[in-house]
Amino acid sequence: MAKYKLPKPGELSSSINYNPPAKDWMDIPVEFKPATYPAAAKEKDLLTVGFPNAHQWTPEDEDWNLPDGWEDTVIKGIEERLSKYRSFKLFMDVCVRCGACADKCHFYIGTGDPKNMPVVRAELLRSVYKRYFTKAGKVLGRLAGARDLDADVLKEWWYYFFQCTECRRCSVFCPYGIDTAELTIMGRELLNLLGLNINWIAGPVAACYSKGNHLGIEPHALKSNIELMIDDIEDITGIRVNPTFNRKGAEILFVTPSGDYMGEPGIYTCMGYLMLFHELGLDYTWSTYASEGGNFGFFTSNDMAKRLNSKIYAEAKRLGVKWILGGECGHMWRVLNQYMDTWNGPADFLEVPVSPITGTRFENAKSTKMVHITEFTADLIKHNKLKLDPTRNDHLRVTFHDSCNPARGMGLFEEPRYVIKSVCNNFFEMPENTIREKTFCCGSGSGLNATENMEERMRGGFPRANAVKYVHDKHGVNMLANICAVDRAAFPALMDYWVPGVGVTGTHELVANALVMTGEKERTTNLRGEDLPGKEGNE
Amino acid sequence: MKAFYSFLAVIVLILVAIIGGSIANLHFFFGIIIPYVAFVLFVGGFIYRIIKWGRSPVPYRIPTTCGQQKSLPWIKQAKIENPTSALGVIVRMASEVLLFRSLFRNTKTELREGENGPQLAYGSAKWLWLGSLAFHWSFLIIVIRHLRFFLEPIPVALQMVDSVDSMLQIGLPQIYITDLLFLAAITFLFLRRVCVPRIKYISLPADYFPLLLIFGIAVSGILMRYFDKVDLISVKELALGIATLHPVLPSDIGAIFYVHLFLICCLFVYFPTSKLMHMGGIFMSPTRNMISNNRMVRHINPWNHAVEVHSYAEYEDEFREKMKKAGIPVEKE
Repeated sequence: MAKYKLPKPGELSSSINYNPPAKDWMDIPVEFKPATYPAAAKEKDLLTVGFPNAHQWTPEDEDWNLPDGWEDTVIKGIEERLSKYRSFKLFMDVCVRCGACADKCHFYIGTGDPKNMPVVRAELLRSVYKRYFTKAGKVLGRLAGARDLDADVLKEWWYYFFQCTECRRCSVFCPYGIDTAELTIMGRELLNLLGLNINWIAGPVAACYSKGNHLGIEPHALKSNIELMIDDIEDITGIRVNPTFNRKGAEILFVTPSGDYMGEPGIYTCMGYLMLFHELGLDYTWSTYASEGGNFGFFTSNDMAKRLNSKIYAEAKRLGVKWILGGECGHMWRVLNQYMDTWNGPADFLEVPVSPITGTRFENAKSTKMVHITEFTADLIKHNKLKLDPTRNDHLRVTFHDSCNPARGMGLFEEPRYVIKSVCNNFFEMPENTIREKTFCCGSGSGLNATENMEERMRGGFPRANAVKYVHDKHGVNMLANICAVDRAAFPALMDYWVPGVGVTGTHELVANALVMTGEKERTTNLRGEDLPGKEGNE
Repeated sequence: MKAFYSFLAVIVLILVAIIGGSIANLHFFFGIIIPYVAFVLFVGGFIYRIIKWGRSPVPYRIPTTCGQQKSLPWIKQAKIENPTSALGVIVRMASEVLLFRSLFRNTKTELREGENGPQLAYGSAKWLWLGSLAFHWSFLIIVIRHLRFFLEPIPVALQMVDSVDSMLQIGLPQIYITDLLFLAAITFLFLRRVCVPRIKYISLPADYFPLLLIFGIAVSGILMRYFDKVDLISVKELALGIATLHPVLPSDIGAIFYVHLFLICCLFVYFPTSKLMHMGGIFMSPTRNMISNNRMVRHINPWNHAVEVHSYAEYEDEFREKMKKAGIPVEKE
């Protein structure tokens, strides 16, 4: 592995070939190409959350140390899920292989590997379903597209279900709405039954379960991380913001992905929240127990996702807040929007969210009682409640990346755009087929944002990066805005690789830079400590 | 090879039908017994499959949102692509079922070498949409037209369908527009599976077989109507008899009719066991048929079982000292 060197962008793109191989995909054994797959989960992390069959193994091993009777476990697992999920059963049956999805997957576009076509990714599982659950498959076998489950098939599942980011782009184009995310979720649940998870998911899951967030930041450390940001904010604005932690009786509980607590550029977004809330005089609290908005459990099993998610409502109840405000994160909002209330609701101890500043009642969140921060901020700006100086962002030429989950699992399109356009004068959209419901994944979602699989990430992010490159070349775009912590973590590497010269920012970093705070000193730098336009060389 | 197997299967079916049609003793079997059996299997199988899907619950509300959500009053919601009302869902589903909305979005991805390095482009690709639409709609109209064999007197609405469909008055008998469209569409759908490398790669025998079978039905039907004409009075006599459960076997209809009928019976029997069930499945797809009101109305999962969680009390027990030291409030001092 040490010898591996990421190919140059030109080499990588010229290695993509969309002509299918001569051999049928069933006859091509899975090949673990270097840097295209994440590392195996650690035994201890699986044990922390009580996952079955925790054991030590690596993907390169010939023998994965599978437990005795694993085939049975998988087949029974399929059977159970077929009876629990209509989506699974239906999507196994109704695909006509029309091919509309084939070239819609970012991993297919970036690799040309036919098993990354959503239709074939589904066939990886469907072929086994046919063999064990349909008459045609039992009788006709291969002729019906069926095949036996064996260790090679399992390895193939592992390789390709961790080469899907559950972004749902294919489901937009499918005439029956077949959602590969549903199938990848099922596939990963099945692998999880055998202890075959990945490190970049299992580690955060274990940390989140025991410590409250994916990064495993303990309560005192979380507080001191934020205090460091408070110091920086004071240096830049002259204002000392004063957030509270685990405070009972606050009106609002604020929950954000832990990616915002550590590392650039995530912390700038976090500083943005702190400054905005301070300026509003918002009666809100952070929680160290529910210090994670994201949910990597969602990438292992729905049960695990529910276990992690339970903390948010539990903490809201304990602290006696009225409603919950959620930060910028992608899959977090898929989970909050489409799962949380079902899993852990009803949140009848909370009130329908009302903005204390504008009086706007968020009827759209009347059951979950959780509002997205761009909904909250867009409402503030619309009501002229913020004093903004967009010229402070004039050195930026900004484009916006719709994160997969808020796009296709929510429909959050206009709110972040409205916010960004209000705080930036130079905004440019990427081409139509690459934004909104047709947005391309960063290539690192659903737990694939590790380093050992860098080539996979660069390939998966190629379509997104290429669209950024288009506006970079055409309009001089130099900043990629987003509303997702994984984006903020993954894009810097992707941009450096494909479109050098484009930075990455959260939306509330842009807001905070433009925000004119009451009593602030004259700002000369932005949150990153870079000179503001027109203020160069002041100090 | 996969297409060839399917082709072979259809040929065998045609041969069986020809034998059935040319031996008078078998006419009762092929003309009456098989159609009844096929019809029962089709209806029964169809219902069985729908019930089987229906028995699995929909634990989560997972619409694929293809437009702006309903949030703030001044932001325009995409009421069809991201529906929050039953009406919105009905319109969304109708546009999927009747107009193939999602397929209309189709694009074609191309990777080319541009001035500044590789460039991805997404071109328009409406042929699949057009071909599928032509195929399904002409199929539907042809099926509706066939009802005239089962009804006496023929309803006015049916007569109108017939006269509109045959308004291109070319020769006699009048040529149906849908016949032409149907043949063209099946040919297109088949050829793309054989000629487009990527589509060929993903195609299974189960994709070729129904196309070829339906092609056989269409061709035998057309032969019967325009070339090797059969006695339509006899066909109607048989059809009416079957429909009224008083089947009578007319003396001589012609072997080609038996081929047509037998292939239709095969399609009926095959239908519920196959991907053709997308006809019923499309109505049940949770990513399309659910109201996208997730945060407004709680969705109930019937098997929402309790799970083990890490409670706040456990968390505080673990971190109490550190929390106190950092000045974070705790429940138990």
